[in-house]
Amino acid sequence: MSVRRGVEVSIAVAEAAGFCDVDVVAAYPITPQTHIVEHLASLVADGHLDAEFVPVESEHAAMSACCGSAAAGARTFTATSSQGLALMHEVLFIAAALRLPMVMVVANRALSGPINIWNDHSDIMTERDVGWIALFAENGQEATDLVPICHRISEDPRVQLPVMLNFDGFIVSHMIEPIEQLSKEEIKTFLPDFAPVQRLDIDNPFTMGPVGMPNVYTEAKMAGEHAIRASYEPIVEIFKDFGDKFGRYYNPVESYRTDGADIIFVMMGAITETAMTWVDAQRDAGTKVGIVRFRLWRPLPADDFKKAVAGAKVLAILDRHFSPGGPGGPVAQEVKYTLYGTDNAPKIVEVVVGLGGRDVFPEDFDDIYKRAEAVLNGAPVPPFELTQVRGGHYGKI
Amino acid sequence: MTHQRQNPIETWLRSDRMPHIWCPGCGIGTSLNCFVRAVERAAIPKDNLFVVSGIGCTGRVAGYIDVDSFHTTHGRAIPFATGLSLARPDAKVVVYSGDGDLAAIGGNHLMHAARRNVDMTVVCVNNLTYGMTGGQLTPTTPRTAVASTTPYGNYEHPFNLPQLADSCGANFVARWTVFHVRQLTRTLTKALRTKGLSFVEIISPCPTLYQRRNRLGDGTQTLEYYRDHSVVRHGANTAEVDIDFQGEITVGEFVTRERPSLRECYEARMREVLQDDFAPFGVRP
Repeated sequence: MSVRRGVEVSIAVAEAAGFCDVDVVAAYPITPQTHIVEHLASLVADGHLDAEFVPVESEHAAMSACCGSAAAGARTFTATSSQGLALMHEVLFIAAALRLPMVMVVANRALSGPINIWNDHSDIMTERDVGWIALFAENGQEATDLVPICHRISEDPRVQLPVMLNFDGFIVSHMIEPIEQLSKEEIKTFLPDFAPVQRLDIDNPFTMGPVGMPNVYTEAKMAGEHAIRASYEPIVEIFKDFGDKFGRYYNPVESYRTDGADIIFVMMGAITETAMTWVDAQRDAGTKVGIVRFRLWRPLPADDFKKAVAGAKVLAILDRHFSPGGPGGPVAQEVKYTLYGTDNAPKIVEVVVGLGGRDVFPEDFDDIYKRAEAVLNGAPVPPFELTQVRGGHYGKI
Repeated sequence: MTHQRQNPIETWLRSDRMPHIWCPGCGIGTSLNCFVRAVERAAIPKDNLFVVSGIGCTGRVAGYIDVDSFHTTHGRAIPFATGLSLARPDAKVVVYSGDGDLAAIGGNHLMHAARRNVDMTVVCVNNLTYGMTGGQLTPTTPRTAVASTTPYGNYEHPFNLPQLADSCGANFVARWTVFHVRQLTRTLTKALRTKGLSFVEIISPCPTLYQRRNRLGDGTQTLEYYRDHSVVRHGANTAEVDIDFQGEITVGEFVTRERPSLRECYEARMREVLQDDFAPFGVRP
């Protein structure tokens, strides 16, 4: 029986990876992910985990080593953040294209420059197109539970894709939270032994990663697109199986107090918890406002999202990254894509908050709510706004 | 009213950035002090010096020294400095970074800069660990030393950095510890005057992580170890200067050679091929 105990989320996540009996961990130190792999290194050194820990010389090497070990059929785990994820960039495409199952935890942190070690989503959002399945956890319990879930998704014979598990650096990774940690035995009932569909095998030799000439490249890309879209069903099924076994049910999209809400806030990650506290107070005061958040980000659960926001008149979308000179924040872009052309589509107020570790307080939601309320009352939809800027908002800096 | 004396290197520091992040007993500050004195001795004008750093505790030098400086991404100080050196042949370009930055994530660049013999001075403060991220194993951690990612001691072969720089062709290769402040200052002066690539390794304590985790005492005790276990061997064969865990540290100026620098090679070849049509960069009409 699992016990609820106070533990740093990074340690709980590392323990969870250990209980998943991973075979290879290849990682390079980068803040704020470091505690995860350090703890795994200790588990290996102390003999609690029969695995190879590879202290590589860069993240590029880490992801390359992970590709090698996954290709050999080993259960593979790594973790990184920010610049580390950016340095892995070219190899991330390869892991997905070669259908190499592995799990990577990303403790989200801002990208340079200026150099900043604190939390936002610029690292993961610039890696949206790499072909990995991506999930966002909002707290330690969820992050810890998602580790075995991610391994199961990744290794499902219908999926066979790498999976990225995101949670906010420091804000989640370094928090000591009460976490009900599944035991190794419990995880074993949920996560079967890794049985790769294909792996490098000297008795049945084949080649991974050869050149794809123009006559096959498009088909290869199409196959990858099919694979990640088709992963949706197994993901939902695995979420349900986890809930049936352990009582904690997860969904691709979560709604909070959206019944009859005119305005719905849309966001991802840990700020959702602050938002929930704020929404409770608003609901108590009779304001019709709710929250929808993406847990599954790739494949984008468009239909779930449409259902979750049906009936809302205005969506206030909070992004933790934006495309300079481009169409605003990534969540807003994708929500607009999802809703474009649908009947009675809600109006969208986009804001960028919490860049590079700037805290998001309940008062910030008051401010955003006012903008959304103005639109609800017929004001024109404003362009995307970089909020929390000292001295003024977008356009008035 | 008491008379306050200014720190002799104060004019070279961005004092608005103080207090610095380095821990008590850390050697990076000492190395910076020696470096600044060497710059003064080499009579390099402040406006003609560039300091480029990567990421890590030593990388903070670029933020603290009051010259034109660039704090690059992890491992990329040398490529950045290569561009700078080629574009500004009149200036002195210094890469000031740590072992994790220069030998691990940026190791490839160190090799190639030494091979090309780029005009630059590479100062590598080697504290045998990744200090900023919590004391993980680096490619220079001696065997059996404990790091956060090798709790039962390192089992990998470490780099011998002077041998690496030497075998790749650097024009000047030396090593001191932060105990040897006078020798280090002299050597840094020489390195700054060297054409082509000069590489100076500075062995320095990380009392917070490396020394404490390995139960080696504080900064002072580490300096005593440096004093008692360093052996000066100028011109030593760099293949024999490995550092074993708490073993002897060979220090001195190991290599001085006059291989043409990247710029000299480039200009010679271009002149050979293009003859009078060639105009070196920076002096074009």
